[in-house]
Amino acid sequence: MAKSSIAAIDWITVLLFIALVGFGWGNIYSSSYDNEAFSLTDFSHAYVRQAYWILFSIVLIIITQAVEVKFYERFAGLIYVISLLSLLGLFVFGKTISGATSWYQLGPASIQPSEFAKACTALALAKFLSDMQTNINLLGHQVRAFLIIAIPAIIIIPQPDPGSALVYAAFFFPLYREGLAAIYLIVGAAAAILFVLTLLYSPVFVVIGALLFLIGFLISKSIYTHRERKSKIHLTTGLSISILIVLYFILNIESIVTKLGILSHIINLTIISLLIIAIGFFIGLLSKKKSSERQKIRYSRFILVFIVITGFCFSVNYIFNNVFEQRHRDRFNIVLGKEVDSKGIGYNTNQSEIAIGSGGWTGKGWKEGTQTKGGFVPEQSTDYIFSTVGEEWGFLGATLIIILFVLLLIRLIHLAERQKSQFSRVYGYSVIGILFIHFAINIGMVTGLMPTIGIPLPFFSYGGSGLWGFTILLFIFIKLDSNRVNEW
Amino acid sequence: MRKLLLYLIIITTGIVFIARLFYLQIYNTSYASLSEDNAIKVIYDYPQRGAIYDRDGKLLVTNQPSYDVMVIPRELKPFDTLEFCSILNITKEKLKKRLKKARVYSPRVPSIVIPQLTKDEYAYLQEKMRKFDGFYIQKRSLREYQTTGAANVLGYIGEVNDALIRKDPYYLSGDLIGIGGVEKQYEKELRGIKGVKRIQKDRFNRDIGPYKNGKFDTLPVNGKDLTLTLDSKLQAYGQKLMENKRGGIVVLEPASGEILALVTAPTYKPELLVGRKRSPNFTKLVYDTIGKPLYDRGLKGEYPPGSPFKTINALIGLQENVIDVKEGISCRMGYYYGKNGRKLGCHSHRSPLSMIPGIANSCNAYFATVYRRIIEKYDTPQKGIDTWREHVQSFGLGNYLGYDLPTGKRGKVPTSEYYNKIYQYPTYKWYATATLSNSIGQGEVIATPIQLANMTAAIANRGFYYTPHIIKNVNGKPIENENYTTPKVTTIDKEHFEPVIEGMHQVYTQGTALSLQVEGIEICGKTGTAENFTKINGKRTQLTDHSVFIAFAPKDNPKIAIAVFIENGYWGSRYAGKIASLMIEKHINGTISRTDLEKWLLTHSLEEEYAKQYSGEPFKINQ
Repeated sequence: MAKSSIAAIDWITVLLFIALVGFGWGNIYSSSYDNEAFSLTDFSHAYVRQAYWILFSIVLIIITQAVEVKFYERFAGLIYVISLLSLLGLFVFGKTISGATSWYQLGPASIQPSEFAKACTALALAKFLSDMQTNINLLGHQVRAFLIIAIPAIIIIPQPDPGSALVYAAFFFPLYREGLAAIYLIVGAAAAILFVLTLLYSPVFVVIGALLFLIGFLISKSIYTHRERKSKIHLTTGLSISILIVLYFILNIESIVTKLGILSHIINLTIISLLIIAIGFFIGLLSKKKSSERQKIRYSRFILVFIVITGFCFSVNYIFNNVFEQRHRDRFNIVLGKEVDSKGIGYNTNQSEIAIGSGGWTGKGWKEGTQTKGGFVPEQSTDYIFSTVGEEWGFLGATLIIILFVLLLIRLIHLAERQKSQFSRVYGYSVIGILFIHFAINIGMVTGLMPTIGIPLPFFSYGGSGLWGFTILLFIFIKLDSNRVNEW
Repeated sequence: MRKLLLYLIIITTGIVFIARLFYLQIYNTSYASLSEDNAIKVIYDYPQRGAIYDRDGKLLVTNQPSYDVMVIPRELKPFDTLEFCSILNITKEKLKKRLKKARVYSPRVPSIVIPQLTKDEYAYLQEKMRKFDGFYIQKRSLREYQTTGAANVLGYIGEVNDALIRKDPYYLSGDLIGIGGVEKQYEKELRGIKGVKRIQKDRFNRDIGPYKNGKFDTLPVNGKDLTLTLDSKLQAYGQKLMENKRGGIVVLEPASGEILALVTAPTYKPELLVGRKRSPNFTKLVYDTIGKPLYDRGLKGEYPPGSPFKTINALIGLQENVIDVKEGISCRMGYYYGKNGRKLGCHSHRSPLSMIPGIANSCNAYFATVYRRIIEKYDTPQKGIDTWREHVQSFGLGNYLGYDLPTGKRGKVPTSEYYNKIYQYPTYKWYATATLSNSIGQGEVIATPIQLANMTAAIANRGFYYTPHIIKNVNGKPIENENYTTPKVTTIDKEHFEPVIEGMHQVYTQGTALSLQVEGIEICGKTGTAENFTKINGKRTQLTDHSVFIAFAPKDNPKIAIAVFIENGYWGSRYAGKIASLMIEKHINGTISRTDLEKWLLTHSLEEEYAKQYSGEPFKINQ
């Protein structure tokens, strides 16, 4: 008889969940109420709908806890296939809302299957990796794991919802934890960075930047052979990077920029170039592989890397400008914040920054946010909900939310690490990855650190599908964790 | 080690975010003051919708100002509903309903409460408007029509529906959009792009100038003016001739594919669908399910083409080399075939006839013979039908033509599969004779008037046509759409056209349209009389034949190609031929010399004929 009881549930995680959902609803209420009397029957208000969705998510929680743990493991494949079918079905039965065909219309409600597909993919990946015969260091198995992750993402991209597809990068977390070589992470991250930079700037700039980086890397490698000087070199490069960064920020203070005029651009470019070389240099120093005999091979390898980068950047650029149609480009431009629409470039982020910035230390108080009230921030109850937190609860409130998220993630790592079954651990890390990517991209976007990529803040943003998707995702893990004592 | 990196990533991200918040909220104080005077009102600047001209530069459609009463639900304060309702002349319930709908759409985005006030209503209301917080007046432009005709071509504009707003973020609730005709087809060109102005307000809701010095503002881009290929005088004349009749006239310029006139009858005046009258008038037009004034018979009316289709069979016969122009074919009041001596009837004329008089006299036996030879040239009737079909389709029949009006029908040219299915092949076999009515355009062949006009243009051009189109210039620049500027070539060689055209010429000089000649113009035409059926109380009942006519003129260097279809007009030259002949005279000479003929048409109505099938009593046809 399996010993799985309420007591075994990790209540810390549950409390963090409740805190986030509750605080989230309060902010949705603030951003969507109007001067009419509070009513829980008028479904034209977003906060009313969200309240019902939260209530229903309690039902979902009970269901996830009631189901036998073995069920998740045994039926992971089937659940995954069903979720793929639900995504494919959108091409036939989907309903278009603000340009994206990502919803099913079920009576008065709309369901977004991509919100549930994440949990399904996590189950499938966990099942595959925990299989006795799976060895993540074999190329064939890597490809299969990659396919499990990529297929839903590929179906989601043309809906078009590239933001949701991007979330699937989260599965590098469990893969990495289960022993995938770090080179994949580096290549993946480099490709993502290059892709975004190429679209934001011109490929020529990106290639020059990459070249500078590689030169720095190479020089450092050559110098590294003289070991006795290594600590000094470390120190000098580290210092010069810090000095360059400080210089960059000082030079970009508004009064100085206006005083210097065009000269400031030239100085800026120089500083950035030097910075790139220095960082490359520094990373070269840190990297441990060194051997003076293989220098020749190394040179040719770096030339090869450079050629690959150049080819990648220009082909991204070419495909983007010549193969894509204007509507595809528009979508990417929206994602990258380059969209030229009736609202003007950067309007959303600008408004969001103003809203957050006007919060000060303690904020304007609940329901008192003038920015929130005025409706200046678009999509405020969904993707930009964090700006309401910033405005109405100030630096303290916003920091609290960030701390809550960090605590939740750390707690989940702790839980994942204590799992005895590999299935549970992989699933746990998938949950961590998904929540982290949403958290990082969403708050990065709202605070103006990242381009506009429209994905919700977990447990916080308005939207039934999103809330349910995250709830199921998290509570399946809580169920798996509560059962760990029975796993041997 | 691996575990550590993940902790590190998460904690670093948290620290970076907190640092960023510190910078935004504490360190940089400019944001706080920014938000103080950051109440922004968004004002949309609606551009003028493009004007529409006819081919001679006559203005057909322009704009008139109109005023919408808008509401921003979230800014509403309690107000005197009684006074408000009485000023706007609406009921309290209606106002409540509209306000509720606006709030459901969005509490912050403006919605229309009362659309399209006139200038006078606006002048009266403007004074009182400041009493009502949350309401304001938005200027827009409505269409003004300088013509009473061509409603089916021009189309109309109306408020965009919710489904479209969700699909295309450009449109906001209450925006106007082209719904039919040219207005719909060229919506993107006509509408322009609306501008956005952001007015910054202080905490007391006073304007303090453009937000961020207009950094996020955009200027409206005016809509483009369209010049149509339509000849509005010819169009108006066609509509006049079609009064009290049902059917369509399509007039093309063969050398360019330009649509000179596109008449459907019955029709309506375009000004009926402007502004607040649009809704009740539209309902009335929709509910006329018998006359169907909103149904463009020129584009959507699918009829059997009848005898005009014989010209195509003649051309295919020549191309397939199954008949010689000089070969005479005898006719004994019809064409006899099959074991049991079945007969395809014909009228009395001299016999035998060769091709040219065969066309002039519209001899059924002649074309039955030619058609049968075409099909039987091939090993199987399937192969024969498909070869024949390929030729027919090269004249633009049996599929959408690709013209630039947003409505139409495919028509039909039967395939061998179609016959296989209805004759249950291979259980039973079928032969050319089973499809014989195709020879006289009466069987499974169905065409729309514009397809027939296009087919006529292809004959007039001796073997090619330009896809019919209504657009001539956009903002004074001629169209560059390749679909309309490159000719489509038929499968028939050029030399085969001369005898057929000569036959069509003789239709006027000695054949079925002898009485319809126009002095000084060499017309080539072909009459048609198409049998048709309807269902009355579930019973298939034959109605009076449709009157069909196709023509082009002059014979050499043609300037006009026309197809006329009159529902239940009996025989070809009775209505359709007369109308075609007058239209040709009007277009080429500019004046009408045969006033008697014109008068006959204006005074003859077919309403009685149309009423028959709804009378509930037995009736006779073809009287």
